Amino acid sequence: MTDFLNALVVFANFVFIPALTYGCQLALGSLGVTMIYSVLRFSNFAQGETMAFGTVITIMMTWWLQSLGVSLGPLPTALLALPVGILVTSWLLLATDRYVYRYYRTQRSKSITFVMASLGVMFIMNGLVRLLLGPNDQNFADGERFFLTADAFRAWSGLDEALVIRTSQALTILLALILVGLLFWFLQRTKTGKAMRAYADNENLALLSGINPDRIVRITWIITAALATVAGVLYGLDKGYKPLAYYNLLLPIFAAVIVGGIGKPIGAVVGGFIIAFSEVIVTYAYKKVLTYLLPPDLAPDGLVQLLSTEYKFAVSFVILVIVLLVKPTGIFKGKVL
Amino acid sequence: MTYLVGENLTGGYGSGPSILNGCNISVDKGEIAVIVGPNGAGKSTAMKSFLGLLNLKEGKVTLDGKDITHLAPQARIGEGIAFVPQTENVFVSMTVEENLEMGAFLRTDDYQDTMGQIYDLFPILKEKRYQLAGQLSGGQRQQVAVGRAMMTKPTVLLLDEPTAGVSPIVMDELFDRILEVKSTGMAVLMVEQNARQALEIADRGYVLVMGENKHTGSGQALLADPIVRKSFLGG
Repeated sequence: MTDFLNALVVFANFVFIPALTYGCQLALGSLGVTMIYSVLRFSNFAQGETMAFGTVITIMMTWWLQSLGVSLGPLPTALLALPVGILVTSWLLLATDRYVYRYYRTQRSKSITFVMASLGVMFIMNGLVRLLLGPNDQNFADGERFFLTADAFRAWSGLDEALVIRTSQALTILLALILVGLLFWFLQRTKTGKAMRAYADNENLALLSGINPDRIVRITWIITAALATVAGVLYGLDKGYKPLAYYNLLLPIFAAVIVGGIGKPIGAVVGGFIIAFSEVIVTYAYKKVLTYLLPPDLAPDGLVQLLSTEYKFAVSFVILVIVLLVKPTGIFKGKVL
Repeated sequence: MTYLVGENLTGGYGSGPSILNGCNISVDKGEIAVIVGPNGAGKSTAMKSFLGLLNLKEGKVTLDGKDITHLAPQARIGEGIAFVPQTENVFVSMTVEENLEMGAFLRTDDYQDTMGQIYDLFPILKEKRYQLAGQLSGGQRQQVAVGRAMMTKPTVLLLDEPTAGVSPIVMDELFDRILEVKSTGMAVLMVEQNARQALEIADRGYVLVMGENKHTGSGQALLADPIVRKSFLGG
């Protein structure tokens, strides 16, 4: 029994909690992509860089606050800086819309034109991010490092193995829960949220009902900015800020959106978790878990790792290809690209 | 003074060729006007000129004596003109009730009364109020579409082929409902393929050919006219 519990704790510590955290980060990022897709009708390739930009602004604000001696005690100071990050990112996205996308909207350009434009925006943001904070990795997490320490868990459970939950992980799960809940409430219950769904559903009929398209587009960008910044900052707190990491998140994010069903918010959330859990489950070495579970003479010699962590992006790719071949609409019957 | 008047309507879409060539169409409150005619006669185009989707080169549109020829489509909705497109006329991913709420988007007053009236008029909608509009049958969808348009509390209702693609029984029921809508004092202008049935309930009938008025008269008069019967109603 103790062996089984130990195996369970090891699994929770190295697979379940990390995957859950990563899934939350992906879900927030994917929600932004899916919102832009439903309202503006294109796949926004600049989403990864939007996350990076929001994070950079938040990091700079955090440093400034730290230099003033402000802190949140056990929580990271970045939480205080987050609203500023969201505000500046919203402003950047609205400016991008005003000077890039609006032109194509009035021209009623094809979706692919928007995608290419967003690719250009992505490269510009990419450069902007490096201009602001340089190409190096940054660590901006402060406050209490652990929400649940190994010692505390061992003292409580009496097990050999320990479940450790870092503050950044606990924060990620909590914030994601709140934000996703808020977003769904907004879309389902408020007049503006319903108008957004109506506009996404049938643009012409929304116009006939007197819904103002410019306002819907603005709100969509602001929501995307908020989601992307929070996702980016949480990812940065969890794994450290690396400029390239956000660019690399684009693939799992798009995989999550497509798996869940393009244009379906609930699909983006579920898809985020599917991708995250697949990546972590496939790349984890199960030697320790199996050693606890199997009789001593059957214990594995090797690492029992299906795929080396370097190949984790292949997981997103494989899932993406399978979904596009087998069920292109995704789990929740979204649109087909 | 007729409530909604389109006089000498001439024009087409954008800078394209003229589809309407001096066409006259009007409808009063508490009346149904029906536009019929062969394919490509400009029936839908004539209706869209009332909504402001057309580039009019000549002619004018007045609503209650007020010239609205140069008003944008959005502004006309505020003036009390509601339009039900022929296709894609409901929000398929939203419930029946949400569809109606979207119709009332511009209203700041309490629209529960109007919603109640619409539910009285279309009892099936009340029954299915929490169902997605995309899951309803063709006839029910048309009722949602008309209901959504009526939520704006319009004085003029424009219907583009409301019975397209529904079974004959449902068509009769829809026409009954449209008669009830008319009895609330609304001006109803519709384009119809099912010319005979539509003219039976029409107070005014317009037969358009090549963007011009070919025959005009009350629905009954047109139905009785041998020339109209022969050329447009199949004998």
